[in-house]
Amino acid sequence: MSLNLSTKSKITWCPGCPNSQILVAWRQAIEELVGSGKIKLENLVACAGIGCHGKISDYLNANSFTALHGRVIPVMTGIKCANPNLIVVGMSGDGDAYSEGLEHLIHAARRNSDIKIFIHDNQLFALTTGQASAMSPKGFKGKSTPSGSIDEPFEPFSVLIAAGATFAARTAASDIAGTKKIMEAAIAHKGFSFVEIIQPCITFFDTRDYFKERVFWREGGPAENPDEAIKISRKEGEKIPLGIFYNVEKETFEEQLNA
Amino acid sequence: MRKSHDSVFTIGIGGAAGDGIRESGATVGTILADLGYEVFLSFDYPSLIRGGHNFARISFSKEKVYCDHEALDVLIALNEESIVLHRDQMAHNSVVLADSFEPQDIEVLKDNAVVIPMAATVKELNAPAITRNSMALGAACYLLDLNFDLMQNLLNRVFKDKNPELNTKLADIGYQLLKEKNFRHTKKIHPTPEKKELLEGNAAFARGLMAAGLDFYVAYPMTPATSILHFLAGKQKDSRLRVIQPESELSVINMALGMSYAGKRVAIGSASGGFALMQEAFSNAGMAELPLVVAVSQRQAPATGLPTYSSQTDMRFAIHAGHGEFQRIVVAPGDSEESFALGAQALNLAWRYQMPVIVLMDKIVSEHSATSLLKPEDIKIDRGLMAEISQTEGGDANKYGRYQITADGISPMAFPGTPNTVVKVTSYEHDEAGITIDELESTKAMLNKRFAKAETLNKSLASQETVKVYGDKSSKNIVIFWGSTKGPVLESARYLKKPVKFVQIVWLEPFDVKKVEKELKGAKNIIDVECNRNGQLAALLKEKTGIEVTDKILKFDSRPFEPISLAEEINKKI
Repeated sequence: MSLNLSTKSKITWCPGCPNSQILVAWRQAIEELVGSGKIKLENLVACAGIGCHGKISDYLNANSFTALHGRVIPVMTGIKCANPNLIVVGMSGDGDAYSEGLEHLIHAARRNSDIKIFIHDNQLFALTTGQASAMSPKGFKGKSTPSGSIDEPFEPFSVLIAAGATFAARTAASDIAGTKKIMEAAIAHKGFSFVEIIQPCITFFDTRDYFKERVFWREGGPAENPDEAIKISRKEGEKIPLGIFYNVEKETFEEQLNA
Repeated sequence: MRKSHDSVFTIGIGGAAGDGIRESGATVGTILADLGYEVFLSFDYPSLIRGGHNFARISFSKEKVYCDHEALDVLIALNEESIVLHRDQMAHNSVVLADSFEPQDIEVLKDNAVVIPMAATVKELNAPAITRNSMALGAACYLLDLNFDLMQNLLNRVFKDKNPELNTKLADIGYQLLKEKNFRHTKKIHPTPEKKELLEGNAAFARGLMAAGLDFYVAYPMTPATSILHFLAGKQKDSRLRVIQPESELSVINMALGMSYAGKRVAIGSASGGFALMQEAFSNAGMAELPLVVAVSQRQAPATGLPTYSSQTDMRFAIHAGHGEFQRIVVAPGDSEESFALGAQALNLAWRYQMPVIVLMDKIVSEHSATSLLKPEDIKIDRGLMAEISQTEGGDANKYGRYQITADGISPMAFPGTPNTVVKVTSYEHDEAGITIDELESTKAMLNKRFAKAETLNKSLASQETVKVYGDKSSKNIVIFWGSTKGPVLESARYLKKPVKFVQIVWLEPFDVKKVEKELKGAKNIIDVECNRNGQLAALLKEKTGIEVTDKILKFDSRPFEPISLAEEINKKI
């Protein structure tokens, strides 16, 4: 049975924005998960924060909670605590997860909350028309940093894996099939799943060619331990690895809470 | 020092932080409540763990005791500082029990200074220093002319889990010491069988939440709200209640909104400063129409202020909390019994109207203990309006709208996990299905839909106890107050030269204009009594009813009113 996952809402992302590719991958992943009987659609809660990514809630005919900017993580943990039968998946952006409310991401990883977070990383604030975010490269010239950003960019994998994330992966929005696969694996994982999605902003910081030349799917499985996972998540010279870097099982926060 | 009404008797226990003053005060209070007395117990302490002056004050009587009484009949001083700080508060014919006295203390106290060698005795018995309290307690029981066997029975009960043998032995030594001296009794205790429970305000509030079916309590510690967290954390073992302490207040309230969305009854709590951190998400509870109870306990502010002292400065903050226009409910209990009832009611109201409800407390309401009579059997659980969902496969797909526009503004609720039902909530303005909108007509329609709930709520005020009236209900002299000021205001009635009507505003938002106007009609004097500098209730009254108070008695030094001084102030104005 084909699901009706679209809504009456008009898509307002810029034409050609990789966010649309993420939406396609996401709908395909849901079709697959529901179609194969792995999850029930009514048990899926698709959360989002605020930013370009957050519009996805309006385009998906499924349960959703569109939280405040930077606050989607605690909302998701709250939902999972309240009803452990629910599959709680959240979309967030680099501004929404790494700039505002970063503490929530670290603490959710630390407590291994059984939630799945997909970060749409376009390395800037796009919805507010182009300012530096925690992921913008040093020297980034945006409207708030006309002479170039003087901040170093954040490195999420080292921090989150060290904090206790039990699943960590990177994918690129341009690869719909690859992204769909990573999404399915993240949902199949029991515990905190962290997925970084490279999503160039075609309007304010078009890095499509930059990433096209550099990303590659890493050979081999996830690392055995956190140190190794952090290592394999990092750039290899100029090359940026995609794939699952870490995937271990550990008792979740919600299991222990409701024990 | 002036003694309050003769029937009230007050025991003070002073020492350093870490001396067990709070526990000792609770023991004395519990014993007196067990003997059938009305008790009011407060604990005064600075924000530190060791050292500093800690003071428990236990006032008791056969009549209701509404608040602290300043004059002390017995002072148990575990250090010299306690004598110096309180020797001027001693009532006529009172007694101070201490290890030793300085010559200047004796000069003031004379024969009322009684040496109890507590430190030496516990040292001799190789007992921990904290058990000095028990020896003093025994001596105090003698002063109250409590039958020795009865004392032993009571102590065995209160020390059940805390080395009863040692503690009762020390109490016996203290008791016998005064008996051998044939020392006078300062009061004769008359036990009565009917007894109430000695209950802390925060514990009463927490029990109210539980009685109304609380599923989750989420909080970050902050005085004076912390003991709600402690109390409920201790209840998880024997109930389905779960308590979580996340990384910050922002996490607390957003987590709670997630729980509420998933259909669970949730409350959160903090001091006003912690609530200040929650503002954006509080507004989201209004926008997304998620039921939420927030306990806000005021302390002396602004900023960190005086963490362990009280104020009533955040009424306006609570009423106007969160950005944007949306209805909320703000209720203010004045004692433990009201904290229980309003805690339960808050949860029901939140679910009935799908909006945030603030229970506005303060250090006094939160941390005092008073003999109380709770009626959990009277609490009924209101789960709010639930959607009727057809279970037929594919039948209702896309049909359910979480924000369906209805005549009374209340949309039927469904939760994620319901077959054939999509439940969408959002912090954006939205349509009936929960999808983002920005068109002017639908924006206005949704705002009106949410305010239709306010209309529905307003219509129900007549059946709520929004205003309480005490004293001489026909008097033209009226004292108006809210929250913890209830204690000293009602206690002051004993010393007023003329009959006075006391009007307590329990519901601050929505404000029950009709009832308040009715109660204030024809008044000659309206005296506003509150613990803030600007007279927030007086201003609110004027804003809502146009009525101006004739006088204000305001206290803003972080300490509560003392009833006798308050009565003198009121007497000047009537």
